[in-house]
Amino acid sequence: MGKAEAALSPEQEARRAWMGLLAKSDAAHLAECLGAVPALPSFDWLRRPEVGGVMVRGRMGGTGAPFNLGEMTVARCSLRLETGEVGHGYVQGRDKQQAEQAALVDALMQGPRADELRDAVLVPLEEAQVALRTARAAKAAATKVDFFTMVRGED
Amino acid sequence: MYVAVKGGERAIDNAHAWLAEERRGDTSVAELTVAQIREQLALAVNRVMTEGSLYDPDLAALAIKQARGDLIEAIFLMRAYRTTLPRIGHSHPVETDKMACDRRVSATFKDVPGGQVLGPTFDYTHRLLDFKLMAEGEVPEAAEADPRIEPTPHVTSFLNKEGLIQTEVEGDETPPDLTREPLELPANRALRLQALTRGDEGFILSMAYSTQRGYGNSHAFVGELRIGKVAVEMDIPELGFAIEVGEVELTECETVNKFAGSKVEPPQFTRGYGLTFGQTERKAISMALVDRSLRSKELGVEVSNSPAHDEEFVLYHCDNIQATGFLEHIKLPHYVDFQSEMELVRKMRAEIAAESVQEAAE
Repeated sequence: MGKAEAALSPEQEARRAWMGLLAKSDAAHLAECLGAVPALPSFDWLRRPEVGGVMVRGRMGGTGAPFNLGEMTVARCSLRLETGEVGHGYVQGRDKQQAEQAALVDALMQGPRADELRDAVLVPLEEAQVALRTARAAKAAATKVDFFTMVRGED
Repeated sequence: MYVAVKGGERAIDNAHAWLAEERRGDTSVAELTVAQIREQLALAVNRVMTEGSLYDPDLAALAIKQARGDLIEAIFLMRAYRTTLPRIGHSHPVETDKMACDRRVSATFKDVPGGQVLGPTFDYTHRLLDFKLMAEGEVPEAAEADPRIEPTPHVTSFLNKEGLIQTEVEGDETPPDLTREPLELPANRALRLQALTRGDEGFILSMAYSTQRGYGNSHAFVGELRIGKVAVEMDIPELGFAIEVGEVELTECETVNKFAGSKVEPPQFTRGYGLTFGQTERKAISMALVDRSLRSKELGVEVSNSPAHDEEFVLYHCDNIQATGFLEHIKLPHYVDFQSEMELVRKMRAEIAAESVQEAAE
């Protein structure tokens, strides 16, 4: 966790959560959810979609000093709605359209249509991610070893 | 004299066209899709991402297809692509103690909180060919049990409570980056770990194995091996705070070695660390052993002449792209080099022949 996080306002904390959700979303699922939202506003680009690398760091021994592990691909863009809200899209991978959609959702979540967007996009994305995570955790749990002691033959 | 020669363009074009045809193989067999490689050859994809130093399963799968399954060639393609990417930034160090573990085993403690979770492993299989896989068929669904929601603590944190294990002191210094500055020796541990993560699995495995067999003797236990997904967080300047920009699957291995103590340190366990992309546990365990081996000097342990104790030997030879580049260049035209060497050998032979004629005359 970043050091600055302790100082985040509730609005920043909420934005942090939805941006993280959008970053990890399935591109097709995001497109499907946003496709069902009517009358999407037009916007101007502040930064056109671009693909780049983020150097992922680890810590020695899991807890020690940082080191560079390797990069991951990230697509990002920034836009301004005609109503003035600025949206940033950061998504894992190289899908520029997904970055655009993430930025659009980010911008709309700051305006009067936030509730509509939450129900149409964020909730289903969150549910899908939780379902996926829970399914894997359930399969992992089924491979947990139950030790039992065999009858010892010493007596 | 330097003679420039040209030619072979038509031959090269035709060779590449034939390569494309051979890559496709028998057209009566369905073509592999990138998605099939990503989903069904996932461990090859993981290796290409780890050694290609770029986490992107689709790109790694494409590289494997393009390289006809030659993983070092695929790694080369990933490294080449990586150099074209603008660097957006760097992440906060990933928090592996928050990993959603698919697998988590410890060879040192049977009853660890969170338990021994085997995950989708080859361990305990009989290594008999499964001819059922030659036929198409449905796979039975994996069993499920009550999922663990809370994070699984690191095993070494329990040893640490007794002070029996050397602690890793948290720091926030900027680590050196091999992709930005050339490797210079002596390297610090951060640079070594980056080089080992990218290093060739076969080479790192052999180095690790050599330490087990007695070359730079060290007896390591796998304190913990875990595989699963972790979130990747990055500071976003335009926001002024960090967000998760994705999540990556990682394999993490912590090894512990008995250490008899030194003038400044009491007897304790010392640690080796391995961290790799995807499910790549052979590599992560090997990396941990080699990391520990290369720490000998800083830990005040006896340093032998063994290869795995030699930082220069390990770090300068572990990169399979550097190695294959230098190795394979000798198959490219060296006509002029060779011509000059041939002249030299002819001359030496002529001199020896002349000397023996003279000796005979005397």
